[in-house]
This record gives sequence, C-alpha cells and structure tokens, in this order.
Amino acid sequence: MKRAVKAAEAAELVPDGAVLLIGGFMGVGSPHRLIDALVARGAKDLTVVANDTAMPGHGIGKLVSAGAIAKAVVSHIGLNPETQAKMIAEEMEVELVPQGTLVERIRAGGVGLGGVLTQTGLGTPVEDGKQIVETGGKRYLLEPPIRGDYALIAARQADYVGNLEYSLTAHNFNPVMALAADHVIAEPEHIVPIGVISPDAVKTPGVLVDHMLERRAA
Amino acid sequence: MSTAEIVADAPAVMSPKEIIARRVAQEVEPDSLVNLGIGLPSLVANYLPEEVNVFFQAENGVIGLGARPPEGMEDVNLTDAGGGFVTAVPGAASIDSAMSFGLIRGGHLDMTVLGGLQVDERGYLANWMVPGKMVPGMGGAMDLVSGAKRVVVAMVHTAKGNHKIVPECTLPLTAARRVSLIVTEMAVIEPTEDGLVLRERGPGVSVEDIVAATGATLIVEGDIPEMRLA
Repeated sequence: MKRAVKAAEAAELVPDGAVLLIGGFMGVGSPHRLIDALVARGAKDLTVVANDTAMPGHGIGKLVSAGAIAKAVVSHIGLNPETQAKMIAEEMEVELVPQGTLVERIRAGGVGLGGVLTQTGLGTPVEDGKQIVETGGKRYLLEPPIRGDYALIAARQADYVGNLEYSLTAHNFNPVMALAADHVIAEPEHIVPIGVISPDAVKTPGVLVDHMLERRAA
Repeated sequence: MSTAEIVADAPAVMSPKEIIARRVAQEVEPDSLVNLGIGLPSLVANYLPEEVNVFFQAENGVIGLGARPPEGMEDVNLTDAGGGFVTAVPGAASIDSAMSFGLIRGGHLDMTVLGGLQVDERGYLANWMVPGKMVPGMGGAMDLVSGAKRVVVAMVHTAKGNHKIVPECTLPLTAARRVSLIVTEMAVIEPTEDGLVLRERGPGVSVEDIVAATGATLIVEGDIPEMRLA
C-alpha cells in the first residue's frame, strides 16, 4: 500500500538541479499540481525532459516563467515564445530532439538498452556529433538513452498499489517516462480502491511508482 | 474553355489554402492511416468524401481523430497535436507516444501531409526552423518525413514574393529523404530522381506563371493539365 502525499511534500522531495522527466503534450497529461508546487517552493536549476514547454502560464510553461529550468530537452517550443526568448538570450539551454527519437531514448533509458538506432535526423543538424552505425545495409544514427532523477507522471486514476490508468491523448510520454527515472511521482486525478482498476487497464504497474499525490480536490 | 472563363469560374473564389486542401484531399487513399500536420494540412480533412473510411492519426496519441466537438462537449484529455480539442470517431484507439512514433517510423503510416518552408530539386524538405528567427523545433516532423510511406508537402507556392521551391534548401533539412508530392495553389509537382516534374497547373495558372514563381528548375513535358479539385 502506498500513502498519498500532498503536492507540497512531493515538491520538497525534488532537489534543485535534478533531472526531471515530465509527462504531457502541450499541457495535456501533465502533472499540473506538482508543477504548481515546484514553482511555489522556488525550485531552480532543473533539467526538464519533456515533449514541449507548453504555453506561457500553462503546464511546463509555468516552470519556464518561474526561471526554474536551466536546461530543457524537448521536441517543440513553437507555442511558447518565452522559451524561445530565453533560449536566444542564453538564460536557458534548449536541446531539440525529434519527438519519436525523444520517446525512444527515454524508453531505452527505462528498459536497460544502450541506445537507439534510428534514421530520423540523418542529413539534418540532429546528426551533428553523433555516431552513425551501418547495419543491414542501412545507415542509422546512434541516439543515447535518457534517464531522469525524478519522473513526474500524470494519470487518470491510481489504486493504492500505485497502478496507473491513463486517458485518451493524456497518455503521451507518461507510461514511458514512468520506467526511466530513479524516483517516480504519480499525480492521479482519482485514487480508487485496489481491484477497481482491471489488470488489463493498468499501463504503468504500481511497482514503478514511488510516491503518489492525493487525489485532486473536488 | 479559355483561361478567362476558368478564372471566372468557381475556383476563383477559393483561397490558395482551400485550393491546396481540395487538391491534397484527392491523394488520400481509401482505408488508409493518415497524419495531417497542424495548420494548412489539417484543412484536408474537410474535403474528403465520407466513404473513404480513413483513420487520421494525431501523433500526440489517437488513431481515429474526429472533428472539433460542440461547445461544452470538450474533453480536456482529448486534443490534437496542436493542442486543440477534438473528438474520437467510433473505432478510435488511444495510444502512447512510443506506439504513436512506432507506427510512424515503422512504416505503418500510409501518408503524412506537412507544411513546408522550402523544398528543393532533390525533393528534400525544410520545415522546422529559420536560424536566428524562428526556432519552433521539429516536433514530430523529422520522424514523419523519415517514416511515412508517402509524404505530401502542402504549402503556398511563394512566401512574400520569395521562392519556396528552390535549387537547394538553404534552411536546415527536416530529412534527407525525397518527398512524394508538392501541392501548392499554383502547381502539383512530383520530385523524381531526375528532378522536379510539373504534373498539374493550378486553376487559371499558366506553365509560364509557375516557372516564374519557382526558383528550382522544373521538368515540363507535354501538355500540363489543370488540377481537378475535390
């Protein structure tokens, strides 16, 4: 059985300078209460690995606005002019990674693989400084795995084992990120009794989840 | 029919974007899986006959993307890749990002329609950054162009008088892969091993107009028909 913690307690667990994997796609499926709590405690020097930095004032965009992020490893910043401005002003480092490569690098980090061979990025600036591997008569980029100190995961519901079920397009990076960090903090919308979530519906087994936020206040 | 009559006909009231979307719609094969980029490419869905039975993929995690929901019926957990509210059609599947891009890279996606900043004589596309000016990031574009079975570029022919179809891309490439087709309001162009072949003219547009608006060399052979619009 896991004990549900308050968002502020969870934010205290995450030290400044940590590497965070944060779920979400333009804020959909992001752990919003955890993000708010990190902003409230004044977290700083974070490295954030995520699909995007959402928009100013929303989701990961709040961490950008608060100056909490030293480096972002993301696929897209087009809807957040603040991230672009901070990148150009060198207040924030941004590493752009193709979306499919990003999720596979995180998956590799989470499932014990030494890297990913992909053709995505060949012949583009993405290949700069990377090893090219020829196998089966084709050329591939060798992309290194990514791991985080903490994964911040949003889910539709959890049970008290920590099993997670997701909703629609709020899956996105969450199930993969839950594999790839030393500590996993889940933010479910609801917490239900053990047995309510069918084993077939569990996308993230509770053994991966270390901490769980209290359910969202009604 | 003379050119003047064509210009006076229905297509003259169409915006360039509508012409492009209607022409691209004809490229969509029945029973296929299709990814439409955000912006102009997303308009293509408006011009498909209902019987084509296409599943649209949104790379953020749904196969079977449907129209925008009526006001008050939005689900905060159901959006397209641009973050806009959508619905899911009967038979839809929600998927995570690893599955989504597995489908794209793994050759399971029949077609993608993407916008473009530049396309060159090799058929290479640049559409994700203008150094020093605009750095939105590549999002899923590099995976889509590398992995989809067919890549259709849907874009206006020129940008503020500047050529977008050029001898060689000066902007960073999205992929070193020849795209399948370029559709603009002026022309349908097929990149081939020999270069860019002009296949069709836009409504009321002459071959000379197209050549003048194109920075790259076009291969023009025989009569070039005017595009039919869905």
